[in-house]
Parts: sequence; structure tokens; C-alpha cells
Amino acid sequence: MSTKFYPLNIMKILVCISHVPDTTSKINFIENNSKFDEKGVQFVINPNDEFGLTRAMWFKEKQGASVDVINVGLADTEPTLRKALAIGADKAIRINSDPKNGLNVAKQIAHIVSSESYDLVIGGRESIDYNGGMVPGMIAGLINYNFVDKCISLEINNDSITAAREIEGGKEIIESKLPLVVAGQKGLVKESDLRIPNMRGIMMARRKELQVINAIDEDNSTCTVSFEKPKPKEEITLVSSDNVGELINLLHNEAKAI
Amino acid sequence: MAILIYAESENGKYKKDSFEIASYARVAADKLNTSVTAVSINADDPNELGNYGVDKVLHISNDSLKNFNAVIYADIIKQAFESESSNLAILSSSSNAKYLGSLLSVKINAGYITNVIEIPKEFDPLTVKRNSFTNKAFEYAKINSKNRQLAISKNSHGVIENKTSIQIETFEVTLASSEINVKSTEKASNKVTIADAEIVVSGGRGLKGPENWGMIEELADVLGAATACSKPVSDLGWRPHSEHVGQTGKLVSSNLYIAIGISGAIQHLAGINSSKVKVVINNDPDAPFFKAADYGIVGDAFEVVPKLIEGLKTFKSQNT
Repeated sequence: MSTKFYPLNIMKILVCISHVPDTTSKINFIENNSKFDEKGVQFVINPNDEFGLTRAMWFKEKQGASVDVINVGLADTEPTLRKALAIGADKAIRINSDPKNGLNVAKQIAHIVSSESYDLVIGGRESIDYNGGMVPGMIAGLINYNFVDKCISLEINNDSITAAREIEGGKEIIESKLPLVVAGQKGLVKESDLRIPNMRGIMMARRKELQVINAIDEDNSTCTVSFEKPKPKEEITLVSSDNVGELINLLHNEAKAI
Repeated sequence: MAILIYAESENGKYKKDSFEIASYARVAADKLNTSVTAVSINADDPNELGNYGVDKVLHISNDSLKNFNAVIYADIIKQAFESESSNLAILSSSSNAKYLGSLLSVKINAGYITNVIEIPKEFDPLTVKRNSFTNKAFEYAKINSKNRQLAISKNSHGVIENKTSIQIETFEVTLASSEINVKSTEKASNKVTIADAEIVVSGGRGLKGPENWGMIEELADVLGAATACSKPVSDLGWRPHSEHVGQTGKLVSSNLYIAIGISGAIQHLAGINSSKVKVVINNDPDAPFFKAADYGIVGDAFEVVPKLIEGLKTFKSQNT
């Protein structure tokens, strides 16, 4: 399928890239509240995926690895994939499918992962738009790869891995083996390690391969019926800074929160 | 066709999340005219689940299951799902439940919906409200497949007592193999965690430096709350990253969230939107947080917080 040549024994990494509205976007819906309104919205690489992509670049530069990126989406997601190429990924794959639900995305990616024998698949803990938080685990489940959720550090030595998983109030240190899927998040690399594509990267990205593949066996196990925006907030109750006791009173008697 | 829940326990004790999903499943079961079965692994007292509407417990006691393993646990839940001929599995949103949830949904061929915040408004096909767009919107999602799986958002339903005559059954399982080995766990033992806390006290850049966190910790202590912080504070290294609350940090769905010296950037608000009651203390009356909070004090945190601590100490001594 791919025309690119990889030297033998180099780890093959696939980073899943979700194309999401920038964190500052106003969220509105159109078509009877059935669809997200993309008008005037800036799309970015899902922040959780960007931490994973940056860690993948580290493996490529320090340990030797190939890094491909993949997105399940329609043609409008291509600029986001180009950005991942500009950051340094070798090749991009877009599976031409409207990402209706998490399982559909996972099935499409799992198919590529197993046919192309990727050693390591890095996704994000969740996308900041649909927040399903299920795609990486489903990929692992579908093709029997090892899986680390909420991954906050990852080291690889030959085919052995050491990872940390965030748990309530702490972390768990896990040892496992490739092939592996991780759901990454902040911690995988530091925020300050994230890369802004430079002009050379952007120019090179234009010449890199962006492969478009047709979807297989699309899943329809769940779907969106409609969206709803939260009700406008009621006016805040302000309490004078000289009367802190009133705040305690309100929290106890009115809000019943203490 | 019982509804199956996974009642998670830690060191033999059920987590509060387990009682919440039991309460949720009870309401759903009554609407469907069916019963609630819980899978329980190494819990000391399975009878406890009978206080929250569970009819039957598949009790598993096995030393090789002492440490959580998502693959092995998911496979056990699958065995229970099949043995109960269930078509609806309900999980909590704890780290472990979410970890095994995506694996389980593939194993049982279930349409899977996470971040669920209400009882389904319909069951055929199952249609339910969930949080979406990092708490900036809600979505009604529908499951078209025969088997269904839900993960319930923390604190969205609450724990509701409902005594049932519970039946405990020893459940024999086969253990799947897994290449995931937990080497160690690092956990602050005596601190309330942000995920489990009813109340979260959070500090921002308005506190001027890490040396001023004493009063935040003291306020949290008085309230039995967890401490958290805004992104700039964790980026500056004043507080650990594990305390960062917001879109790319922890998401908080506590009953009460108190923000001190936090302006309320949209990414921060997204992380705390699903908290029930929000309080802001800030000296800038134009801070966006005042538009998102329920109660507020415009004032200097260094004056207000010590007064609040004193007031709460008096309140606690009179109310306990």
C-alpha cells in the first residue's frame, strides 16, 4: 500500500490525529442542533494527540523510528494532517469517512495498523470535542495489542516498554511489550516541548505523502441524535468581602454544598 | 436480561462510584422491569450493594486478581455479561473503569456511550444525554446495536439508598492472559484526590507565588477538600501538574468548586463546568469567572480567604 521504504528493524509508529475546534472556540450548532457549526472556527490537532505526536518525534530523533499520522475524516481535515507533517511526521494517512462514532474510527485505524504492522500506536486520552475517550482502547481490543490508558510517560527499549498511567491521586508504573497502543495526554512530554512548525517544516510538509484511503465496513453502533447548549447561567450572587459569613450561610442553606 | 454493573472496589472496599452506578442501574432496571446484577472482585462485603438497589452479586474472590488489570478484568465482566444474558452494561467513570471500558465494549460487541449524565430517555433504541465538547455542550446519543454499554459521569446521578433482598453468588471465572504488568503504584495516601473530592479548592496566578498556598491548603483542610490549580500555576511550577484543572488537565465534577485568584479562561471553565456549585474569589470584578460562578466575592484573596477559614471553622464546630 505504501510506497515509502522503511529500513528493517526500525520501530513503526502511528499517531492518531483528531481534528478538533481550538480550545477557545465558541460552540454552536446548526441544522436543528444536529451538527457542529464550523463557521469561523479554527481547527487544530487535538491537544492530547499533540503530546503523543511530540513524544513520537522524540523516538524518531533519539532512537530511530518512522512516524506516520492518521486521521479518519473528510477532506477538510487535511490541513490538520499537514500541520502534523510540518511538525515532522513522515507520512499522513486520511481514511475517507465521516467519523460518526468512536468504534467506526477505531475499526478504520485498527485495519491499517494490522495490515501495515505498526509497532506502536499513540492516540489521545480523548478528543476535546466529542470526549468519547474510547478510540485507543478499542483499537487495542480489536487487534489484540497491549494497551495503556491515560499514559503520562513512555520509554521503549527494544520491544520492552515502561509506561506510567495516571490514576486517581497518583500513578501506576506499567511494564509491557510492543506491539502497544497508548492513550496519551499531558505528561507524555512537557507543554514546553510542543513544537510550532517552522517555515522549513511547512515547506517540506507540502511534498510529503498524504495518502487517502477508502473506509471499510463502516460502523453504526451509536450515533448523535442532537446537541444542546447549556442553559444561560443565572446571575451570580455577590457577597461583600466584609461579610464572608453570608457566603458560608448561602453555601449551607441555599446551595446545600457544605 | 439483567442490567450488569461493575462494582469497583479498592483494598476490599467499594468505591463511592460503585454505589452511584448501582443507584443509576436500579432506576433503569425499574423502567425496564428487570433486575440489577453486579460483578464484584475481591470486595469484603458484597451485601453492601444491597443498600443501593442491587439484586444479585456475582462475587469473585481470587488472589491473582489483587492488582487491577484492564484486559483480565474486562474479560471477567464479559463472562458475567454472557452468563446473565445481559444486553446493558453500566460502568463508572473512574480511571480503571474507563481503562477497561473500551476493551469491554469490543469484547461484548456493545455500542458504547461515555460521560452519561441522565437516565436514558428511551430504551428502544437507547437514547441518553451526555457531556460533550468538554462540558461546553450536551449531546443526545443513540445506541443502535443489540448490546449496549454506558459509562456514567461522576456525581451526575448521586448515591440513592434503596434496600433490596440481595443474593450473593460465587462466580467462577477463567483468567485471560495479559502482557501488562503493574510494577508499582505511587499514590498520595492521606490526601483527598481531585477525582474523588466532593469539594475542590483551586488557586490561580492571583495568589502571586507558591509560598502563599498555605491558606489554600488550610481552607481545603477545613472543608475536607482537594486542592487544585489553574494552568499558568502548574506551568510556572508553583504546583504539581497533577493539580492542573482545565481542558488539557483534570476535569472536575465536584459538588462545590472554589476558585481563588483564577480569572476564568475558557479552557479552565471547560474543565470545571460540570461541577454543581461554583464560587469565585477575585479582586478583579471583570474577571470572566464572575460570569460562570454561582457565588462570588470581589476582594483581595489574602484578606477574604483567612476570614473564610475562620468562619468555616466556627461553622463546622456548630454543625458537627
